[in-house]
Amino acid sequence: MKAVITVVGRDTVGVVAKVSGVCSELNINIEDVTQSIMQEMFCMIMLVNLEKCNVSHDAMRARFAKAGEEMGMQVNITRQEVFDAMHRI
Amino acid sequence: MGIINTSDILETIGMITAENLDVRTVTMGISLLDCIDPDPKRACEKIYNKITTKAARLVPVVEDISREYGIPIVNKRISVTPIAMLLGAAPDADPVDYAKALDAAAKKVGVNFIGGFGALVHKGFSNGDERLIRAIPEALAQTDLVCSSVNIGSTKSGLNMDAVRLMGQIVHDTAARTADNMCLGAAKLVVFCNAPEDNPFMAGAFHGVGEPDCEIHVGVSGPGAVRAALAKLPKDAPLDEVAELVKRTAFKITRLGQLVANLASERLGMPAGIIDLSLAPTPAIGDSVANILEEMGLESCGCCGTTACLALLNDAVKKGGVMASNHVGGLSGAFIPVSEDDGMIKAATCGSLSIEKLEAMTAVCSVGIDMVVIPGDTTPEVIGALIADEAAIGMVNSKTTAVRVIPAIGHKAGDTLDFGGLLGYAPIMPISTWKPDVFIHRGGRIPAPMQALKN
Repeated sequence: MKAVITVVGRDTVGVVAKVSGVCSELNINIEDVTQSIMQEMFCMIMLVNLEKCNVSHDAMRARFAKAGEEMGMQVNITRQEVFDAMHRI
Repeated sequence: MGIINTSDILETIGMITAENLDVRTVTMGISLLDCIDPDPKRACEKIYNKITTKAARLVPVVEDISREYGIPIVNKRISVTPIAMLLGAAPDADPVDYAKALDAAAKKVGVNFIGGFGALVHKGFSNGDERLIRAIPEALAQTDLVCSSVNIGSTKSGLNMDAVRLMGQIVHDTAARTADNMCLGAAKLVVFCNAPEDNPFMAGAFHGVGEPDCEIHVGVSGPGAVRAALAKLPKDAPLDEVAELVKRTAFKITRLGQLVANLASERLGMPAGIIDLSLAPTPAIGDSVANILEEMGLESCGCCGTTACLALLNDAVKKGGVMASNHVGGLSGAFIPVSEDDGMIKAATCGSLSIEKLEAMTAVCSVGIDMVVIPGDTTPEVIGALIADEAAIGMVNSKTTAVRVIPAIGHKAGDTLDFGGLLGYAPIMPISTWKPDVFIHRGGRIPAPMQALKN
């Protein structure tokens, strides 16, 4: 059950720390991380495994949304299957 | 990022968050043929019980998929067997009771709309058909979630002009009966030629007799995503490139719909029906089919060139979508509902878009004169003649066409009617007032065209 967490917004200190903190709190394993600046926006993409996540989907989304609000950035969690469907033939 | 490209990931997230990409509807088709009963009370009980049993888990399952996968899914809906087929067996039944049973069942399971309070009369009326049609104004006034559609013609059978004349009157009466509520009844009523039997979109969804007992259809959307993709193309890029980009974007949008269809079908234990490849606009800024046409290079939707741009768009959407889905069906093309499309509303308001141009556009897109508000004093004969014109385009071109107009009772051209939500708002558009009365009162049938003789 893999998912992609994307964090997009103005670059600030501690984004990676904050998001990985939430992952650790919810027992979500991080498998890969990449970050870049695209069109003057900071983008971090994290591939995670949700199998051992210790809360419901709703609670997990709420927790990441709250972290996003605190950083003033947009955080999205999308299952890997969505990208596979849209970008692989 | 492993096997997925970073820019692909950001493109998808951008489509969902900034460009209104969503799955517009997951629609469960339910056959009510086993609910036929000569006792109307018993029939209504069977209808209620079947819908509330089969669709009990529809809303929670679809919401779970949306949350788990991070895909916005806007509507959950139900389509049922045209109710006129059940009325034939119950000569004393009041059709409005059946509409109320549908409404109660829809509310119980929590869907947005239920479609199928309708009749198929393209060749003539069978027992129950005319009674149902005459009850439409009352049924749509007394219910909240019920949608109605009537098929009055097809390429194979020609046009039933008695039904066309009757529907001109019924559209008028439905608006008049709901005049104190923005004439909303008429927004829930569609008159079709070549109606598809597996359409997931409202108000025209119904469950055809050739369909299985229950199935899951998905209607995708994404005009905003197509427009945003085209905006990145240079203004002097040739139209081949425009078509290619629309195709690629439609492919991605449709794959998202197929993913949702597979998941919903598996979790609900029902066969996946069709994917409807439609670009369905919403009143949200930028989520507009008119804006796509303008992005191709038109100053305002409705100007010369609009039909050609729409033809390109409609064709490219299908070509992209076909490869992305297992079974294509429904309406599949670009929708041009005026009140539901921010760009169309602007074009109608500034005067660049007229009903006559919309009629031309319907020859190359997926539906017809849709969500167009006309002056309240438009006669039933004029509405009937508009239906006949649209149906003729559908009949001759072997395609679906439809009319969903809202006569704004008590209002004149230039005023605005606001329905709220997905139905949007629209200026009242002027329509020709020259009288087609003698033609409409002739009745009878317009014979099927040569195109019908393919065997």
